Amino acid sequence: MLRTLRQRITLTDIVIWIIGLAIAGVVIFGTIRTLELHLYTGGGWIDLTIKGLALGGVYALIAMGYTMVYGILKMINFAHSEIFMSGPFTAVFVALGLSNSGFLDRQPVIALIIITLVSAAVSMVFAILLERICYRPLRTAPRLVPLITAIGASFFLQYMFRGLFGSQSRGYPTINALRGAWTFFGIQVFKVHAVVIISAIVMMLVLYAIVQWTKIGKAMRAVSEDKEAAELMGIDVDRIIVFTFALGGASAGIAGILYVILFPIVNFYMGFFPGIKAFTAAVLGGIGNVPGAFLGSILLGLLESLGPNLFLTGLNIPSPSQLKDAIAFIVLVLILIFRPTGILGERIAQDKA
Amino acid sequence: MKSESTSWVKIVQNGLLGGFIALLLCTIGMVVTFDQLYVISGVITSGQLFVLFPILFESYLTVRRLPQKNNLNVLSTGGLVGLLGGVVLAILVLLGQVINLQNVLVNVSPDLFALLTFRLPLASGILILIIISGVSGMIGGAILLLPTRIRTALTQAILFIVILGTFRDLIYTVIIRWGFLQYAFLWLFAQSGLSIIGAIVIFVIVGGLSYWRAGKEKIITNVIRSPKQQRMYRWGSWGFIAIMILLLPIILGPYFSEILDNVGIYVLMGLGLNIVVGFAGLLDLGYVAFYAIGAYTLGVFTTTEAVGLLHLSFWSAVPLAIIVAVFAGVVLGLPVLRMRGDYLAIVTLGFGEIIRILVLSDWWQPLLGGPGGIVHIAQPTIANFVFGDQQRLYYVILVGIIIAGFIAIRLKDSHLGRSWMALREDEDVAQAMGINKVATKLLAFAMGALFSGLGGALFATKIGSVYPQSFSFIVSINILSLIIIGGMGSIPGVFIGGLALVGLPLLLTQFTDFRYLIYGAALVFMMLVKPEGLSPEARRRLELHEEIAEIPQEELTTALKTPGELGGK
Repeated sequence: MLRTLRQRITLTDIVIWIIGLAIAGVVIFGTIRTLELHLYTGGGWIDLTIKGLALGGVYALIAMGYTMVYGILKMINFAHSEIFMSGPFTAVFVALGLSNSGFLDRQPVIALIIITLVSAAVSMVFAILLERICYRPLRTAPRLVPLITAIGASFFLQYMFRGLFGSQSRGYPTINALRGAWTFFGIQVFKVHAVVIISAIVMMLVLYAIVQWTKIGKAMRAVSEDKEAAELMGIDVDRIIVFTFALGGASAGIAGILYVILFPIVNFYMGFFPGIKAFTAAVLGGIGNVPGAFLGSILLGLLESLGPNLFLTGLNIPSPSQLKDAIAFIVLVLILIFRPTGILGERIAQDKA
Repeated sequence: MKSESTSWVKIVQNGLLGGFIALLLCTIGMVVTFDQLYVISGVITSGQLFVLFPILFESYLTVRRLPQKNNLNVLSTGGLVGLLGGVVLAILVLLGQVINLQNVLVNVSPDLFALLTFRLPLASGILILIIISGVSGMIGGAILLLPTRIRTALTQAILFIVILGTFRDLIYTVIIRWGFLQYAFLWLFAQSGLSIIGAIVIFVIVGGLSYWRAGKEKIITNVIRSPKQQRMYRWGSWGFIAIMILLLPIILGPYFSEILDNVGIYVLMGLGLNIVVGFAGLLDLGYVAFYAIGAYTLGVFTTTEAVGLLHLSFWSAVPLAIIVAVFAGVVLGLPVLRMRGDYLAIVTLGFGEIIRILVLSDWWQPLLGGPGGIVHIAQPTIANFVFGDQQRLYYVILVGIIIAGFIAIRLKDSHLGRSWMALREDEDVAQAMGINKVATKLLAFAMGALFSGLGGALFATKIGSVYPQSFSFIVSINILSLIIIGGMGSIPGVFIGGLALVGLPLLLTQFTDFRYLIYGAALVFMMLVKPEGLSPEARRRLELHEEIAEIPQEELTTALKTPGELGGK
């Protein structure tokens, strides 16, 4: 027993485990120290938690695009972050128009729905074009080839938008209806956070229903299980793939509007960090798995919002929130080392990759 | 009947496509930016070429697919495709008269409309725009009617005119150093672009030479040289190239030397990434991390400011920079050992970002200077000779490239190189054949980090200071594009990629804004059309194209034979 164990554990395993334990130790030590310092009140922590949930909701909708495409094509759609950017960056002009005409203040709900639909439509069109031009001709190519294409497409889209709409950031108009806060059960929640969390949950349920209970959703799952068999059963694989990209694009476009409700500024490079983090979330939950993407995103949102203050303040690190982006990446590395399948996922990172 | 209807569909599709590509080039601002650059003075600007070329090219493609070609259908098809493209542009112009597009599309300016309507009144301008598009469509089709020999001569002559005209200012900076050439220059060139006489002269010379050479080619290949002559010839050409490389900064002057230095640093890093991605097949998107580590290590140890440590000289700090970078390479390599492909790409990307975030943070500011960076970094000196300016630094970088190139070439066919390639092709089989996966992969990361760290150190001494902004994700993409466009795994490809991707945008300032747009498009285009790159490695070409017959027999046999000769233990 001991001997087989010794044969199975290599030096690299030990080194990796030491790294992992060291990080876990730092996290626990930092948390205890921070809590001892009593820098934040209970209300402060609750605020951060709600902010994290809202952020997680946005990540979840972006992560859907990664996870569905990965499920079907077994590739990372690296340009998904630009799909996410294209929607709100285009819709900002609609929003400004509606705001100037006063419609946004008179009918905030209808105006928001129009803006969201524009954003979703733009993102969807770009997602479909991306699949048609960049990925379809390469479906049988070696694995690195579509990934490099995706990186190229991502840069092309970023700088195309820069050329079209300019390199400066543009502000979204403030939505007066979303100012202030509501109180649920004695907890004060900003309206923006509440709206984002609720819309994200509703959207996730809709997406889950589409994938789980509609005919085309069933076909999607069939294609992701086995492309050839699905084709033999009469499923039009090309159409399903296009549908997957369209669905992922639309949900990224909606996520884009939720994101600008939280941070009302758009620019051509806004997609990079949310995109990478949503991917991290998808991996955290188990890539290819819809509920996993949701769970992973919420966890990552919470980690990002609470983490820097909770883990790092106690270690006397100045301005810990500067390091919040690094936390997402460290989480990603740690999951891929210790649980490459993610929380809910099957074993993909090693076997199928 | 059916073929006729499909050909109509094709005409409309391609016409609209050409129009939309031209439209995109207009709306992202490329056309207006390049409009200041005359190709032929007073006749045509490169901006106008950007409008007409997509239309011309689309009609060329449409006509090429025609089942049978005669004068009538070639000209009418080409012309129709061109007209459609012109109509798309005309719609943009008309739309711009009705609503102010510039609020949304920042580059759709009155300048663009003036350019598209040839500075004429609206109605006649649009008419001329459509007619000229139609004519360029016809030209695009008519090219196919010419005999091959004339066609090549024509395209080569036009290509030369476009290149020489566009790069007029650069040629000027070189020519001005050599007094006697100035007269020829003034005769051929105008204030901007070529003069009309110059264009005609170049057209005649290049076109004539190309036509003449096309006729000669058969005879030249028939000349048989003795082995001795061949050796002499090879040594002679290598010697000439070596002397040229040594004299380059002196011939070209400081401005070009600066560009050469940049290209050199990227080539150096490209050689390293080529080992990681090209040889070992590990897609590393965080390559900039080692570059940053090399640069910052050199900065920290050599700066004369109070924040630095030890205040070493350049030569003693370079090994330190390399050691730190290699150590970082191994540290990154360990956790990602088991990952493949996509996952590896994202994790390494994350690593690069972590380094950048740490460098920018207040946490590390006491050592690394935060957003302010580190200034006053030492320059390389030998005795009293300081490699201070760009022309002198060129030689330091050149030495670095020669060492790196030598290592890369030797590694490629070594036991280690073969192991990398085996792991790239199939990890499980490679392991079953007794390759130590851990050591081999870690060595790939370490080698990559070594070159990148050296590149970073040279970069730091070249600029004299390091700032976190210099180490963004875009640098990784830059190097990756360079090796992919040159040809993954191919060492000459790194040089070609470096010159094309780093050199060109620096040469033509108008390119700066569109640099990454073009990179992105080039990456996609290369992957779709020519995934093996511009200067492909023989074996990779074999993998990606199964029609072996195209490959010269000699190359094929060396590519297949070498494992047995060199790869044994």
